[in-house]
Amino acid sequence: MNRRVLRRWVSNGMVGLMILAVIVAVLPLVFILLNLVIKGAGSLSIAFFTRVPVPAGETGGGVANAIVGTLLIVGTASLVGVPVGVGAGIYCAEYPGARLAKLTRFLADVMNGTPSIVVGVFAWTLIVARVRHFSGLAGSCALAMLMIPMVMRTTEELIRLVPHSLREAALALGYPRWRTSLAIVLRTALPGIVTGSLLSIARIAGETAPLLLTALGSQYFSLDITQPMAALPLTVYQYATGPYEEWHRFAWAAALVLILVVLTLSLLARLATGRRFTLNG
Amino acid sequence: MFRVALTIAALAIPILLLFLLLELHSGARLAISRYGLGFVTGSTWDPVAEEFGAFPLIAGTLLSSFLALLIAVPLSLGVAIYITEFAPRVLRQPIAFLIELLAAIPSVVYGLWGIYVLIPILKKFVFPVLRSGLGFLPFFQGPIYGPSMLSASIILAIMIMPFIMSVAREVLIAVPGSQREAALALGATRWEAVMSAIIPYARSGILGAIILGLGRALGETMAVTMLIGNRNAISASLFAPGYTMAAVIANEFSEAATDLHFSALAYVAFLLFLVTVLVNALARLLIWRVARGSGGGKGL
Repeated sequence: MNRRVLRRWVSNGMVGLMILAVIVAVLPLVFILLNLVIKGAGSLSIAFFTRVPVPAGETGGGVANAIVGTLLIVGTASLVGVPVGVGAGIYCAEYPGARLAKLTRFLADVMNGTPSIVVGVFAWTLIVARVRHFSGLAGSCALAMLMIPMVMRTTEELIRLVPHSLREAALALGYPRWRTSLAIVLRTALPGIVTGSLLSIARIAGETAPLLLTALGSQYFSLDITQPMAALPLTVYQYATGPYEEWHRFAWAAALVLILVVLTLSLLARLATGRRFTLNG
Repeated sequence: MFRVALTIAALAIPILLLFLLLELHSGARLAISRYGLGFVTGSTWDPVAEEFGAFPLIAGTLLSSFLALLIAVPLSLGVAIYITEFAPRVLRQPIAFLIELLAAIPSVVYGLWGIYVLIPILKKFVFPVLRSGLGFLPFFQGPIYGPSMLSASIILAIMIMPFIMSVAREVLIAVPGSQREAALALGATRWEAVMSAIIPYARSGILGAIILGLGRALGETMAVTMLIGNRNAISASLFAPGYTMAAVIANEFSEAATDLHFSALAYVAFLLFLVTVLVNALARLLIWRVARGSGGGKGL
């Protein structure tokens, strides 16, 4: 009898420890979001979104160049990353037995685990070292490369969920294979693919390390993607590690904008399907 | 036509990876021919004297990742077990959602938060307590700096936790309900059922989740660069600054002046790539075994 009580106490004690683990795990999230709002919101103003940075020592200015830079770099990356990723995903789901599908699936997992800084070094040697200057475009290439395996894995997974009977019905009606894939299978899986793509865009929008070696950052407003370009994550990094108090305030505000963009994209993505996303796609 | 287009897209991934390997290798060729494998054991990193050895960087990468795992593994497994086995049904999704949200926060934001919020807290409350309580160990001696190996490891732990939690949770969900029921029917308490029936079944998958977290930690760059102090030395004290492979690339690449310096950094990237590929392949293999249902039951 005594032993049974003890065993029940051990069980309850472990549950208590696990609840403690949940609290400790959620605490940083609450803390980070609160700090961002408290330290960042005060510096947000219309000028923050419409002006470019001023030289150190002066007050005012904004991060318009970085916001536009992020939009351009991430937009260009998505133009390449989403179609290639979706295409590769359809291939792997529609021809699952093909040797190329198995190889691609395995290598996509390898690529998903590759540190983004390594992809940055790759983009540097491939593009920056050859054209001899930093550019936003090189940054887009690095980000696209990070996107492709993420988009590919979610696309494949979602197409697999489309019931086989739908495909058979289309084929039985005399649809050719490619029309079945596009009009029936892809169309059914489309909301999920949109979700996966939005999530990977949210992920790469916050990437900093590869941009350090490619887009480099810039103090000026620029729409020319073949030149060095500012981006929000780079702004956060430069201002956070700089020596001035005013810069730190800027870093918090820029980080708040960045996190709002990322979280909005992630929430939109979830709302698009209501399906729980998996981190490892 | 359609199939050709898809094949090209599918070929993109192997081709890009092959290119990546070749480019990194050719970028590192100068350093490889000069130092060979001695690069891994050399401990001087002096761009001015053009003398490069990566041992402190490699050691710093391994140590920070190991410490991060030490903190993150019990936490994330605790959360994963709690939300698959014990939590009230209405709480399961919200808790998982909140913790996965941690994975959506960009690394540079962790770095910013680490510098201005976490480090002051650690310096004021946590490190002095550790030093006075555990100061007999060499790891907790010496002067307390803000940016240090321990600060970087703590931020890394927060960052990899959602990944380990999410994969471990999927693995635990995949354990058949009959395992749990059998243990409970034999009179086990719920905790004993977890330890005797569920964990053994999911063991290799959980190991896979941990190794996947390790892969993330090894390559994590921005937050570590901002918190580790970037000092190229190995010290026993965890309060002292250190350096990692990813951090040295982020710090020095855009300022490197000589070909040899670039090449040495590319060599570091090449080594980092090889290590993460190995670690990830191992993790995938372990998770895959549980997903296919052949990994479990060995311990029973």
